[in-house]
Amino acid sequence: MCQVGEDYAEPASEEPPPRQPGREQKCVKCKEGLPVVVIRAGDAFCRDCFKAFYIHKFRAVLGKNRLIFPGEKVLLAWSGGPSSSSMVWQVLEGLSRESAKRLRFVPGIVCIDEGAACGLSPEARAKALAEMKLILQTVGFPWHVVALEEVFDLPPSVLRCFAQEPVGTEGAYKAAVDSFLQQQHVLGAEGAGDSPSLAQGEEQLSWPCTQDPQNPQSPDRPPTAAQTEALSRLFDSVKTLTAKEELLQALRTHLILHVARTHGYSKVMTGDSCTRLAIKLMTSLALGRGAFLAWDTGFSDERHGDVVVVRPMREHTLKEVAFYNHLFAVPSVFTPALDTKAPEKASIHRLMEAFMLRLQDQFPSTVSTVYRTSEKLVKAPRDGCAAGPPGPRCLLCMCALDIDTAGAALLSQGGPPSPRHRAAVLRLPCEHEGLALPGPPAALHLGRGPAPQPELLPQGLHRAADPGVPG
Amino acid sequence: MPAPQCATCHKARAALRRPRSGRALCGACFCAAFEAEVLHTVVAGRLLPSGAVVAVGASGGKDSTVLAHVLQVLAPRLGISLRLVAVDEGIGGYRDAALAAVRRQAARWELPLTVVAYADLFGGWTMDAVARSTAGSGRSRACCTFCGVLRRRALEEGARLVGATHIVTGHNADDMAETVLMNFLRGDAARLARGGGLGSPGEGGALPRCRPLQLASQKEVVLYAHFRRLDYFSEECVYAPEAFRGHARHLLKLLEAARPSAVLDLVHSAERLALAPAARPPAPGACSRCGALASRALCQACALLDGLNRGRPRLAIGKGRRGLDEAGPPRDGEPERAPAPDAVPAF
Repeated sequence: MCQVGEDYAEPASEEPPPRQPGREQKCVKCKEGLPVVVIRAGDAFCRDCFKAFYIHKFRAVLGKNRLIFPGEKVLLAWSGGPSSSSMVWQVLEGLSRESAKRLRFVPGIVCIDEGAACGLSPEARAKALAEMKLILQTVGFPWHVVALEEVFDLPPSVLRCFAQEPVGTEGAYKAAVDSFLQQQHVLGAEGAGDSPSLAQGEEQLSWPCTQDPQNPQSPDRPPTAAQTEALSRLFDSVKTLTAKEELLQALRTHLILHVARTHGYSKVMTGDSCTRLAIKLMTSLALGRGAFLAWDTGFSDERHGDVVVVRPMREHTLKEVAFYNHLFAVPSVFTPALDTKAPEKASIHRLMEAFMLRLQDQFPSTVSTVYRTSEKLVKAPRDGCAAGPPGPRCLLCMCALDIDTAGAALLSQGGPPSPRHRAAVLRLPCEHEGLALPGPPAALHLGRGPAPQPELLPQGLHRAADPGVPG
Repeated sequence: MPAPQCATCHKARAALRRPRSGRALCGACFCAAFEAEVLHTVVAGRLLPSGAVVAVGASGGKDSTVLAHVLQVLAPRLGISLRLVAVDEGIGGYRDAALAAVRRQAARWELPLTVVAYADLFGGWTMDAVARSTAGSGRSRACCTFCGVLRRRALEEGARLVGATHIVTGHNADDMAETVLMNFLRGDAARLARGGGLGSPGEGGALPRCRPLQLASQKEVVLYAHFRRLDYFSEECVYAPEAFRGHARHLLKLLEAARPSAVLDLVHSAERLALAPAARPPAPGACSRCGALASRALCQACALLDGLNRGRPRLAIGKGRRGLDEAGPPRDGEPERAPAPDAVPAF
């Protein structure tokens, strides 16, 4: 009933279980092993087949999209949570395989310490950091731990959109791989051992890049109390949890991209799983970001120009990730986030997560349906909207503004157009409620609330002012 | 604590705060603002040109009551004339009471009323008969699927009977928000690609349809009906509890409680979705049986009725959608569907 094009039975309680669980059931793939996990709609896998399936999905997502060129420097964004830990583990294993199937890029790890935004005490932050460093040292890639407070030190250039590099064509990718393999061959013949790709997975100390994994590139100085205080003030000034989450995401993205740019990484991998992306899609929809869903939830996100964000875990559901981590002992660190222990109705994100997971219980293909629909989204303005030179971009999320001042009734927010709507929209945030940036004097607002009062902090980072809409 | 002054006339005490902007208004100013916004929607979108004969889909519920009332107030300015068209789906214990409300309204407003019944139009198939037919073992009855498609066909027929040039329905912003949520949850890319406008311009001989209340939230519609003391029928359809839309509606209420602008944000999102060309519905042609707009051999209404008449009501629902030449049991076909209008609850 709930799926277009599918007949779905009523909730499963009304029909007999399709198979008898127990001794008779075998792994659906190899038909021999004893199943240890059931994923999707009743497919039982044994341990080895599950591992193969999981790894294959990861490689297939990377291979299908052909965006990561061999020898490229890729930054892995690790939060300590299960999905990103799993991703890091996959990359680690992938790099140590036999040469034919080996992953061919050069990874680094970045970890953002968000304790100040979440209100953690310095001791708790130090403890979490210590646990993280332990794992980072085990993994052995060059790592950078950055505190969120460093966002105050970002140069204003991060808010400028860099010119987009043309996406490589099919031929370009193949040519790159071929030339790389040739180079490999030559180097292998000469017996030289300092090409980065020849590093053995287990010998972490042989990483030939200039960063010694034991000492991160950025000096490990804790943020000053003044910066922590400023960050806490910033987050306290945002009244709703929804807006706080959005602010945190924007700041985190800018910081990660800055780290990537300064250290020469051209790609960033984030560990968003299928479940998280489905929830993110519905949340973005409810926040009014319908125009940007393809960038927010697609495989690659090129709006920042020179650095491309890639989501290789987007086909793994949270259940698969959790089971993999459990079965194969993938280390992860739990750090409280902004919405840990928040009540269900505290923010749009929490609401949507609870709703989707509840619906998933009743209609088991909800998450995969939403995901499949998200694959059909394209990164283009809708037909009929102005297709011309790209307009101004939002400062925070770098997406083209979707406020059409010259639009018809469709796009006005239901009120008689006021002169303010028609004013030239410069540097106005798109759909970021609760945040106001100064534009031309006299209130410029999104038309959905009384005009907010913009305030400025030095260094170009703007203080959030809630327009007073309850919630 | 006494209520503040009305922010517009500064004379009367404010009676409410508008959900959208938080402005405190008295009853009269609120109604005036509401009417002004509907007028703006119609004028700016050029929805109802002067001289149009407008068929109002009247169900007796709050949305269509408010719609008819507002359009009557605005009719002199817009230069349109109104006809009420009510659809009798044959749902016992629900539609009869609603129709009584419509008749009272028609008498009060002195507007001509035409009632079209499923039983007459569709060869005796009332919704109750459809529900009995589709009730199967452990399966949902999919009543809204049938009712939505057939009702639009019935509205079109009724509008032609009275010689109308445009059809208006009372969908409000909450309905549109629920629709986009529902379409995402069900994975209905075709409807997502099609929806989000203010109605359809009337391709292929179909009458142009629009939804003047689309940017008004449900709360405001109810408040308007309250302040103008309109008489409407407020029970929900007998089959509503089984509808998937109920999940989307529940979610929307939660979202609205957390963030009041969520409803309009969803409508804003829906207008700007960009779907791949392959996901969009194919270009429409004509139904081979009734000549109406269709993107396959049969329009959706004819296909549904076909299935009902053959004793296989699910023939036109789901992956097994077939045209005239269906023989064996349905195999896996393409999941696309004819451009049936958005499934929507009773207005």
